[in-house]
Amino acid sequence: MSVEPKHSEAAYELAHNAGSSIATLGDRSLLPNTGIPLDLNWVQEVRVNTSAVERRAQSQVGRRTVKKEWQAAWLLRAISCMDLTTLSGDDTDERVRRLCAKGRQPLQHDLIQKLGIEALQIKVAAICVYHVFVETALHALEGSGVRVAAVSTGFPAGLSPLAERVAEISRSVEAGAHEIDVVITRAHVFGGRWQALYDEVAAFKQACGSAHMKVILATGDLLTQRNVARASLVAMMAGADFIKTSTGKEAVNATLPVGLVMARSIREYAQQTGMAVGFKAAGGIRTAKQSTDWLAMMKEELGDSWLRAQLFRFGASGLLGDIERQLDHYATGRYSAEYRHPIA
Amino acid sequence: MSIAEKFVTMEYGPAPEDPKEAQAWLNRHHHRFQHFINGAWQAPTSGEYFDTLDPSNGEKLAVVAQGSSQDVDAAVQAARTAFPKWRALTPHIRARYLYSLARLVQKHSRLLAVLETMDNGKPIRESRDIDIPLVARHFYYHAGWAQLLDQEFPEYEPCGVIGQIIPWNFPLLMAAWKIAPALATGNTVVLKPAEFTPLTALAFAELCQEAGLPAGVVNIVTGDGSTGEALVKHSGVDKIAFTGSTEVGRAIRSATAATPKRLSLELGGKSPFIIFDDADLDSAVEGLVDGIWFNQGQVCCAGSRLLMQESIAEVLIAKIRERMSTLRIGAPLDKAIDIGAIVARVQLDRIHRLVSQGIADGATCWQPQVVLPSRGFYYPPTLLSNVHPTSIVAQQEIFGPVLAAMTFRTPQEAVELANNTVYGLAACVWSENVNVALHVAAQLKAGVVWVNCTNLFDASCGFGGYRESGFGREGGKEGLLEYLQPTWFKNAPKLSPAQMPARATEESETGLPAIDRTVKLYIGGKQARPDSGYSMEVRSPDGRLLGEASLGNRKDIRNAVEAARKAESWAKATAHNRAQVLYYCAENLSQRRDEIVHQLSAAVGEKQAAAEFDLGVERIFSYAAWADKFDGAVHNPPFRNIAIAMNEPLGTMGIICPNEAPLLGFLSLVLPALAMGNTVIAVPSEAYPLITADLYQLFDASDVPAGSVNIVTGYVSQLLKVLAEHDDVDAVWSFGDEANASAAKAMSIGNLKQVWTNEGRAIDWFNPKFSEGRWFLEHATQVKNIWVPYGE
Repeated sequence: MSVEPKHSEAAYELAHNAGSSIATLGDRSLLPNTGIPLDLNWVQEVRVNTSAVERRAQSQVGRRTVKKEWQAAWLLRAISCMDLTTLSGDDTDERVRRLCAKGRQPLQHDLIQKLGIEALQIKVAAICVYHVFVETALHALEGSGVRVAAVSTGFPAGLSPLAERVAEISRSVEAGAHEIDVVITRAHVFGGRWQALYDEVAAFKQACGSAHMKVILATGDLLTQRNVARASLVAMMAGADFIKTSTGKEAVNATLPVGLVMARSIREYAQQTGMAVGFKAAGGIRTAKQSTDWLAMMKEELGDSWLRAQLFRFGASGLLGDIERQLDHYATGRYSAEYRHPIA
Repeated sequence: MSIAEKFVTMEYGPAPEDPKEAQAWLNRHHHRFQHFINGAWQAPTSGEYFDTLDPSNGEKLAVVAQGSSQDVDAAVQAARTAFPKWRALTPHIRARYLYSLARLVQKHSRLLAVLETMDNGKPIRESRDIDIPLVARHFYYHAGWAQLLDQEFPEYEPCGVIGQIIPWNFPLLMAAWKIAPALATGNTVVLKPAEFTPLTALAFAELCQEAGLPAGVVNIVTGDGSTGEALVKHSGVDKIAFTGSTEVGRAIRSATAATPKRLSLELGGKSPFIIFDDADLDSAVEGLVDGIWFNQGQVCCAGSRLLMQESIAEVLIAKIRERMSTLRIGAPLDKAIDIGAIVARVQLDRIHRLVSQGIADGATCWQPQVVLPSRGFYYPPTLLSNVHPTSIVAQQEIFGPVLAAMTFRTPQEAVELANNTVYGLAACVWSENVNVALHVAAQLKAGVVWVNCTNLFDASCGFGGYRESGFGREGGKEGLLEYLQPTWFKNAPKLSPAQMPARATEESETGLPAIDRTVKLYIGGKQARPDSGYSMEVRSPDGRLLGEASLGNRKDIRNAVEAARKAESWAKATAHNRAQVLYYCAENLSQRRDEIVHQLSAAVGEKQAAAEFDLGVERIFSYAAWADKFDGAVHNPPFRNIAIAMNEPLGTMGIICPNEAPLLGFLSLVLPALAMGNTVIAVPSEAYPLITADLYQLFDASDVPAGSVNIVTGYVSQLLKVLAEHDDVDAVWSFGDEANASAAKAMSIGNLKQVWTNEGRAIDWFNPKFSEGRWFLEHATQVKNIWVPYGE
């Protein structure tokens, strides 16, 4: 297991289930999110200035950077926060097994030796698949500590009948999925039907039981930052363990401005309620540089607790390859080629 | 520490920018720099050099030539010699040179950025991402103006040799702001960089060489305040453009008063940062970071006075503190540093002193737990709350990373507090309600208002202040005009005494037999007896006593200024309404032709009297027409944003009317001021002040609101002095003799009011080409740029 006992998955699970502190924000200890009653005033009071958010996201990238061994450490951190994902129509059991193998062993042994990080036992946080592959993934990951996440609730559009969506969650939970990535009904946001959205997410949460629920807002569909902020709040009030940007199927996926708005919503929620909600950036994150920019944004806006897999994830399929090449460059001083690293 | 440990701590670690190239550049110059004069390096005549330091560690970077008056003289001579040829080049060729400079800045951008950070102490992120790109942008933008000059300014010419003195907070950017528009308009320049930060200007000199810029077009003389003084006082300089402290700005205004040198001043500020309860608070806090924690707060337009709506104050202060805690302070060459070094020991001492005084005044001081580097000049980000307007930290420019916070209750109070300052450079308004934001923006006395943003700059948008923050604009079309003047003006003859009608010479007591009537003063819409109780005789050129006019004194001026200040609703009247009132003036005036021409004839002869009258009516029509047509502009900075350049009235104006055309001269000056919404205290022709009676009857009859025009007759030199010295007068126009022009400028330093004069030259009031239109309207207005980013 990890060299960080206090942050280990097991410790986290324990804390989560016991309802004790899972994070700190500033000086304050935060509990896992159990949701709160829908507070419509709070939702209505949301103010987001899109231009200002974009400027901040842009300047953030120029304000923070990591170099040398710090960069290597941060890239390893990005791997450890990764939900390695395959969500394609042509997925097969074998494809999923291959992905799981990569998730257990994201870096080659020689690279690990060169970096001197054997003790870290770097692996991804989770493998994210459709329901039908949950069992396959669980088998493939047995004993690795890598979790299995299933996308659910009529992913990616989320437009099947509510009962079916809830049943889909239950099936995945019964199959043993540790985490469920659910999608919201975007129409509820456009229509300002916050109660309906709240009820929907609360129903999903109930179906999830002890499985972690990541609520996908599909921010590329919501389009406006105010919609993103309001939907974030409602999802958290309804009990989301994580809020997540995208399915990866929208035209625009995770962007830093959207991430900034969601991170600020998480901070606001934590300050008001004392409960911590995680964040998952999914889709469109393909380069090592992007991954450190995202981590830096989490560190700046929320603090170091959100640099752990317990509260932060990348949903990505191509990112790992670029990180491997960058780490290889760090270790050897030479630029690597894609084909030199085993594919997922 | 191993990677595995860093994986746990997740610290940023150092990310130093490599200074190798900049050090190589310094080595190439043997860490010793001469003046750049006439296209070549020239040793200082005194043989003296001074040190320039790296404020991040106090180490010496290089020695730089100390400019003497001989050096300044050589540079001015070089610029003078280069001027005719440079000016004679086609606009296209000048455009090519500016374009080359822009390209060269880009080509050497990293060297310039690193050098800037080493010399100034600002974070490399800022010099790399903000300063240097803006420098390049400034040259690109003005390459465009150089190309379009003849088409857009057909009747204008360059001023000549420009002396430019710049501050240490944005060394190369300020050089670009000064040099680019001057060159684009065909001027040549002598630039004096700040003593603390001369290096990038010297690197720029090399770019001028590389661009093949003709020798003498750009000259750079380094030195301290005495070098600047020599430049200001040099008779071969046609215009001074200064950016720096208000104190030095005052001295420059004084020193140039007796000369026809034009002047633009970009001075200090204590800019308000207003946050309403409906703002996006997290973004507003980030705006503060870009405002007061940008460049260590050493920014003239820094949002240093935080005005928070009471209902959100507590939440906001908590958010600000949290944000301050994540600011990283340290070596400015580190790419992940937010706050670098203060430019010099003396500046650091000043910050310490002012903050201590603020605390003594009752402010609560909060600073995050930060470890400052052991060497170099550093000051932590600082929040002073519970600050009251009376506190020194609410009044004085600190020029450090120190925010002074106070609260307001209503938008009205926000505006009142915001404007409660002698400065007027910039302001920020944060509200998600466009009605509130724009309503407040319109009322702020500031040259730049940023709505839901902070410290955005662009070459296409004018930058510059109201009040003691200076006058003149840099950037945009409005900035270009600072370096141009009407072609005819330089050749206009000086007024000769022969052109002046006879003056009143004797005083007599009121109540003595009057020939026909005693003309009173016109103050606050009422005829008023002069405070002095004296009147002045008015005689015709052949000595006949024509009548008596009141002898106004300083108290009458005081009363008139008060009346004018109270009449500010005139500025709020719609332009259409002002036009209607002016048309009505013309209508009423035209009905009294025979009577007025007859009386005026006694002073100026029948022919001139008739011409003054007929052209006067026409002139009123012109300005009635202009009232709703002197539009501002919408600039196009490279952001998703509209930058609205509004022509705003200056406020309360004192106008010394010309002697030689008592009626037409009065109307030619007072009407453009009125049309733009100013309120006026006019001193009519000293030679024939009897015109006052006709004028106040006219204004009374034409619904001109009480106080918007006030007329005080008397001795011009006395009344001018009171007006120029009056701190509640925003501008003075003097169109009398040369002595008046100099006096107006010299006496205006109290509040640094804008002064516009004829430099003692004769204006042909009878030719509309010279005596009406845009040139007058430009001087009756100041441009406010309101930045409004948009997007959802």
